[in-house]
This record gives sequence, structure tokens and C-alpha cells, in this order.
Amino acid sequence: MSERDFSARSSNVSLLHLTKKFRSLDGSGEVTAVSDVNLEIQAGELVTILGPSGCGKTTTLRMIAGFEYPTSGSILIGGRDVAMIPPNKRGLSMVFQSYALFPHLTIYENVAYGLRVQKLPAAEIRERTQRALDLMQLTPMAKRYPSQVSGGQQQRIALARAIVIEPSVLLFDEPLSNLDAKLREYMRDELRKLQKRLGITSLYVTHDQSEAMAISDRVVIMKEGRIQQVGTPREIYAFPQSKFVADFMGKANFIRVNVLGLDGESARIDIEGTQFTVPRAGKAGPGTGPALLVVRPEALRLMPPAADQGRAALRGRIDRFTYFGNIARYEVSTENAPLLIESYNPEASSVFEEGRK
Amino acid sequence: MRENTRLSVAHLVRDPVLLFLVLLVFTGLILFIILPLYKIFAYSITTNEGKLSFQAAWDILRSNAYLQPLKNSMLLGLTTGILATIIGYVFAYALTRVDMPLKGFFKTIATIPIISPPFILSLSMIFLFGRNGLITNKLFGFEDSNVYGMHSLVVVQTISFFPIAYLTLTGTLAKLNPAVEDAALNLGASRARIFRTVTLPLSVPGILSSLLLVFIQSMEDFSNPAVISGNFSTLAVEAYRTITGMYDMRGGSLMALMLLAPTLLAFVLQKYWLSGKSFVTVTGKPTTSRQQSRDPKLVWPLFAFCMLVALTIILFYGTVLVGAFVKIWGINFSFTWAHFKYVMTLGWTPLRNSVILALASTPIAGLLGMIIAFLVVRKEFPGKRAMEFVSMLTFAVPGTVVGIGYILAFNGKPFMWTGSAFLLIMAFTFRNMPVGIESGTSTLIQIDRSIEEASTILGATGAVTFRRISLPMLKQAFFSGLVYSFVRAMTAVSAVIFLISPRWNLATISIFSLFEASKYSDAAAYIVVMIAIIVVAIGVLNLLVGLLGNSGTIASGGSSERA
Ligand SMILES: Nc1ncnc2c1ncn2[C@@H]1O[C@H](COP(=O)(O)OP(=O)(O)O)[C@@H](O)[C@H]1O
Ligand SMILES: [Mg+2]
Repeated sequence: MSERDFSARSSNVSLLHLTKKFRSLDGSGEVTAVSDVNLEIQAGELVTILGPSGCGKTTTLRMIAGFEYPTSGSILIGGRDVAMIPPNKRGLSMVFQSYALFPHLTIYENVAYGLRVQKLPAAEIRERTQRALDLMQLTPMAKRYPSQVSGGQQQRIALARAIVIEPSVLLFDEPLSNLDAKLREYMRDELRKLQKRLGITSLYVTHDQSEAMAISDRVVIMKEGRIQQVGTPREIYAFPQSKFVADFMGKANFIRVNVLGLDGESARIDIEGTQFTVPRAGKAGPGTGPALLVVRPEALRLMPPAADQGRAALRGRIDRFTYFGNIARYEVSTENAPLLIESYNPEASSVFEEGRK
Repeated sequence: MRENTRLSVAHLVRDPVLLFLVLLVFTGLILFIILPLYKIFAYSITTNEGKLSFQAAWDILRSNAYLQPLKNSMLLGLTTGILATIIGYVFAYALTRVDMPLKGFFKTIATIPIISPPFILSLSMIFLFGRNGLITNKLFGFEDSNVYGMHSLVVVQTISFFPIAYLTLTGTLAKLNPAVEDAALNLGASRARIFRTVTLPLSVPGILSSLLLVFIQSMEDFSNPAVISGNFSTLAVEAYRTITGMYDMRGGSLMALMLLAPTLLAFVLQKYWLSGKSFVTVTGKPTTSRQQSRDPKLVWPLFAFCMLVALTIILFYGTVLVGAFVKIWGINFSFTWAHFKYVMTLGWTPLRNSVILALASTPIAGLLGMIIAFLVVRKEFPGKRAMEFVSMLTFAVPGTVVGIGYILAFNGKPFMWTGSAFLLIMAFTFRNMPVGIESGTSTLIQIDRSIEEASTILGATGAVTFRRISLPMLKQAFFSGLVYSFVRAMTAVSAVIFLISPRWNLATISIFSLFEASKYSDAAAYIVVMIAIIVVAIGVLNLLVGLLGNSGTIASGGSSERA
């Protein structure tokens, strides 16, 4: 299992007009879990599907794995249509939300299982299993059963078991959601490092936006079975193309504006009679006329009314002030919209009090 | 909807092993459950000339010869059902709600009637209360006490079937939310008041369930009424005598239908109306973790009651044990091995047959039970609900009905199987698999299905996943299925009495013949040997299943806590 083996076997994945309809649970109608999803995942890339619970993430993953059959559309792995290939022949691996470890097998046997099923020579099974155990620092507990190790270790067993068979694509379904917050951050960094090193094409599903930001090459935002936006974490955060995406990826303020003119990288807008110049979010977006402006809380600054001295500013009143130490958060009401403003390192600048204009 | 059916068919075609299994199970169910039932029904409404006619059936059904056994059976079923449920309820209440000594002992005692051979309680009844009975004759000096009749039957059946009531009601009582009772207690209600206003009303579904289950068992019972009912005719026995004594197959079939109707109704009521937790209650696991009463005014009367029940059971079983070693019961009580010599010589072949056929059918029934549970819980295919219903149905179909149905279905072309070992094995297999299905289903529901998916995506075929992942996790359920199948096969009477042949005679039928010939002590020795075989077999099965693999924490899905 030299590390080059992985990237050599890694495949790209294409989803073409993928749609899945379920009979609804009460049997009366249909639920469209996934709707016309088109996505291209490059070999070696880690793509995350991010969306609220019930938006069809798991269903998408299970169709790629072969556990569900698409109602329409197709899936290509390494350029090959896999519609007629059963899940055990697709050469994929999956890390399940519940880990799905085999409770009656030792950790060693869990990891070796996929190789044994392939009936590889005993020596090769031993060698590759050992290497995977070493890689995941599981060797000292190889003889124990899954129920006898901690949650973080169970997570690593699941990962070892998934990579030992050198899959062409690795699927993750909310693999970290059973861990506590600290371990979750640690594991997510480990996971990203490992994925980069091994270069396995990965599709990762989560509903946690910070997790998605931290590990992904690209993020796919999904809502009600449809893709809302695809892009790098930076693109998605900085240039959300819909209110939903802006809202889902971090906190956002929405200000009603009137677009006066567009030129190249920036736009001139009017808010309640005051004119501003703001950077333009990509080439898409509205023309002139009424629009919504997205402003991240950390991009706003508070100033005393006297200090605006002709600079572009909105007037408002501080309704609530919360002090977090590293951040001070203000909830401000303006004539246009309620605003959330976050000021970092608040002790270095001035702290404003509640009730101020 | 149609879309989904089409998809599941496509799925089936793509997985040849699954397709094969589904077809295999359906073939078995149709051949060995549906076909015999259909044959009885069809046979009952055709004339000797083969014409469709309800006239004959109607004439027969109006005659008293048929209505009397029906009335008797229903009366017996109701009486036994009520008595067994009362005893079972007190037993269950005492063992779940009261802090008293010897609980383990009482629990063990209550399982004995479930796994013991047939005839044993009737035999004790004769030994204790018959013409030469230890109690009636020796103790009280009655010369002509009549042990035969409904009164004895009620006693014997109540002891036989109260464990079913006890297990059902333990499940109900253990599941009652303790907070409800505790809340009432905190409000200052007395225990008696809580029982009357909270506990009892909340256990009504369990009580009804228990009534129905015991009713079915009592209606189905062949062995006890066959030897101790005297002039009190019951349907199961009358059907047998009509066919074997009067060679009236049509009359026998009609009686079988009359027997089937109420038991089927009770089964459907229990399963769907009460949405019974379990139709097959031997697997019920009592749990007792709640606050238990230590009030002596409650503890000691209940303890005395349980003790009385336990002592009665010990008395009945002990009597048979002693009876196997005495020369002639009631006349000459000197010690002898003669009856065991009889069993080991003349009685040997049927005994060996019983063991061989039970051993042959046990793994088939056990495995089939697991496969059906697996298919029903984990797979999607057309006819899934039907498969589940029909495979559980066998538990409610009385053995007498099965026996008659098998004669009708397999006594001519194309299936000439009557009298063969094969047909006996199939009868055992399809009658005894519901326990395995039940325990397998409830285990599988608790196991996260992604464990099997993990195996699949790592490259395992469906068959490999079943053998290496599902089956080991089902070990416990598999074991209870095996034990139960073996015991039921060894102790079966009502169905097999129609299916045996000179080549394949069975131990239970030999015991029945000994009764008919009034050779009670030989029968006692036979029963003792059978108990020994059953106990040894359970031990061996336990050992074998233990060797089947280690036990990690089963059913916890890798012990991951879900947030
Ligand atoms: N087997 C199924 N039968 C019916 N509806 C389903 C089934 N699986 C998922 N769904 C529905 O499809 C939608 C998407 O589910 P899922 O993919 O599990 O969402 P996510 O993983 O994003 O939380 C939900 O509305 C869910 O109720
Ligand atoms: Mg999900």
C-alpha cells in the first residue's frame, strides 16, 4: 500500500441529471429526495456536499455507492456508467455515520475484512492490514473488539477499513457527527491530511459548514434535493449567489439596496439615500435596480455618529451587545434592516454600549 | 408505486442469490403451508363425485356430532385461557413488582412445561387422581374416582399453558412505564388502589393477548384431550378419530376447518388488533429494574401463591419420574428398571427416528427462520408482506389441520410423500420456524443496517454478507430458534400422528399407543428418556452455537452512541 497506489486508482466521478424519488412514508405520494443533480468530481479531489438535514445528501451518496437506484440520470465512475454494477463490485469505500463496524470481529479482522472477501493471498492481506493499522495508530489495540475502544478510535477503524481496499472513490456520510466537539476538530484535520497524502477521490457529506470549509477542495450547497451553488470554500463564503447560500454559510446581513451602476470589479449602490461603492460578486448577479446586498458581520464597523465625517455610513441603534472575549457582537436596528456586527479583538478598538445611537 | 415495484423487481433480478432465496422461500411456503390449507378447504366443499357442493358440508355442520366438539373446544379454550391468564398474571406481577426470595427458581419452574414432552401432565393426573391414584385412592380411599373429563383437562392445560400467559404478561408489566405507578404512589395512593386504577387497566392489552394465545394453544391441543378427556370430545381429537376410526376424510376435513377458523381469528386479532409484541412468547426477556414492593402483606401471600404453583409442577413431574421406576402404579410400588429396558428395546426405533428427524429438521428450520427474518427486515421485493404473514401463520394453524392438509396434498400425484421421512421433516420445519423468524426479526431491527452495507461495499456478495456478518450477529436468535425447533420436533403429536408410517414411527406416537394400552409406567419411562434427550440436546446446541464465533457486543452497531 504505497501511497502512490491510491492516487493511481483514484477515479473521477460524474453525476448527470441524477434524480431520486421515493414513495412517501405514508405511501400516498412521492418525495423527490434528489433532483437533477449535475456534478463533476476530479480524481484526487475532496468535494463536500453541505446542506440542512433532509436535503438529499445521504441519498446522493447511497446512489453513488449503489445502495439506491436512481429514478433517472446516471453516475459515471472513471468514465464508466455504473448503473448495472452492484455495490460490491464498484470498488468504492464508505465511512458510515454510525461507523458500522462489525461488532463480532476484532479490530484487525474488521480492517482485513475487505481484503479477505477479495480472497487475496494471506501474506498480502497481513501486510496491507498491518500498514493500515499502523497508519491509523491502531496496532496496539488490534486484537480488541470495537466495543472496547473509544469513539475516536472506532472512527479510525472505520477509516482504516475503508482505505485498506484502495478504493477508487471514498464516500463519507457525516463521519464525525458522533464525536464531541474537540475530537471532531482534531479528526477532521487528520482526515484532510490523510486524504491529501493518499490522493483518494472523496465525496464528503455534512451539515456542518465549518467542517465543510475546513476540509474541502470544493463545496456543493444543496437544498431540497437541488444543488444551489458549487465552488471553493472561499468562493462560496465571499460570493454566495443566493440568499439561502449566504445564510447557510456563516452569518449574513441582508440590506435592501438600489443598484445604480456596475463597472468591472465594483458596483455603485444606494442605501436609503446614501451612496456606496462595493465589490461585485462575480459576473452573475443582478443588473441595475433593486437588489439585496450581503454583508458579513465582520465586514461592518461601528462608529459614533459624530465620527462619520462624510464617509458612507448607515445610522442605527444598538439593541443588544454580547461580549465573547475575542469577539464583540452587536445587534443593531437601522431603518433598512436589522444588522449583526462583529468586531474582533474588541479591547483594541472601542466597545460600544447598548442603547446607543 | 408501480415505479417502485418495477425497481424492486429489477433489484431482484440483479441479485441472483436474493432471487433464488426469495423463490425458494415462496416455493416452500406455497407447497407446505398454502397448498395443504387449500386442499382441506377444497376437499370439504366437493362431493365424492368431485362436484362443488356446500350441501354436504352444511348437513354435517348442523349435526350434533360436529357442533358438540366445537362447543366443547371453545368452552375448554375459554376456561383454560381465563385460569392460565389469572395464574400467569399473579406470577408475572410477583416476579416483576415484588421483592421476594427464590425468583430464579420460580422463573425456571415456569419454563419447564414449555419444553417438556406431551402426555406428561395427563399421565401424572392419572397417577395421582385415577382409579388407583395416589391421592384419590391411597390418600382418601375413593374406589371409583373418575379422572377422565373436562375437569382434569382444565387442570392439565392450565398448568401446561400458564407459562405462555406468564411470559406475555411479564413483557407487558415490564414495559409499563414505572413513572406512572410511582407518580400515583407519590400522590399517596395505596398499592391496592394503584393496582386497581393504574396497573391493571394498563395491562389490559397484555391480558387479552394472553387469553387469545392460551385459547389457541388449548384449542390446538391434541395430546391431553386424547388421553384424558373421557366423553368430553374436542375438535382436534374428534377429527383424528373420524379419519382414522371411521375413515371419513371429508368429516375430518370439516372438523379441521372448524378448528382452524377460531384459531386463525384469534391469531389475526392478537397480531393486528392488539399489535402483539410477540405471538411467540418463549423468547420474551423479562427485565426487572424498578422499585419493588417489600410490604410483607403483599410479599408473603404472593410468595405462597408462587410456591404453591411451583410445588404443583414439581409434584406432577416428580410423580412421572417415580412412576417410571415402579412395577405397577397403585398396586405394586417396588423398584424396577423394566420400563426403561422396554424403552431401550421395543421402544428404541421410534425414539431414534424422533431424534434423527428432529436433528434433520432443526438446522433447516433454524436457517430458514433466519433467512426469512433477514429477507423481511432487510430486503425489498414484491410479496414481502405476504411472505411475513404466511410464514408466521404456521404457528397458528393447529397441528391437526396441518396433518390432515398434508395427507390431502401429498398422498397422490404429483407429490407421493406421505409416510416418508421427507414429509415429516418438512412438517417440522414449517411448523417450527416461527420462533426463529420472530427472534431473528427483533434482533435484526436493532442492528444498524449499515453494518451489512459496509460489508457489501467492501466487496462481499449478499451470501457472504449473510454468512459472515448477519448470521453471527443473529447468533442468539439463531440459538433460540434451534432449541425451540428441536424441542417442538421431538414433542410434536397432533400433526405427525397423521403422517407417520410403519417405517417412520415416532416416540410421541409410541407413548400415545402405550396410553391406549394402559401401559402407564412404560409411558412414564419413555417420557423420562425424552426429557433426558431434550436436556442433553439443548446443552449440546448451546455449546455448538458458542463455538460459532466469539461474542462482541451484539446488536449495538459497533457500540457507537448516536447523538
Ligand atoms: N427510503 C426512503 N423512503 C422514503 N423517503 C426517503 C427515504 N430515504 C430518504 N427519504 C427522504 O428523502 C429526503 C432526503 O433524505 P436524505 O438523503 O437522508 O437527507 P440528508 O442525508 O440530507 O439528511 C428526506 O425527505 C427523506 O425523508
Ligand atoms: Mg443523512
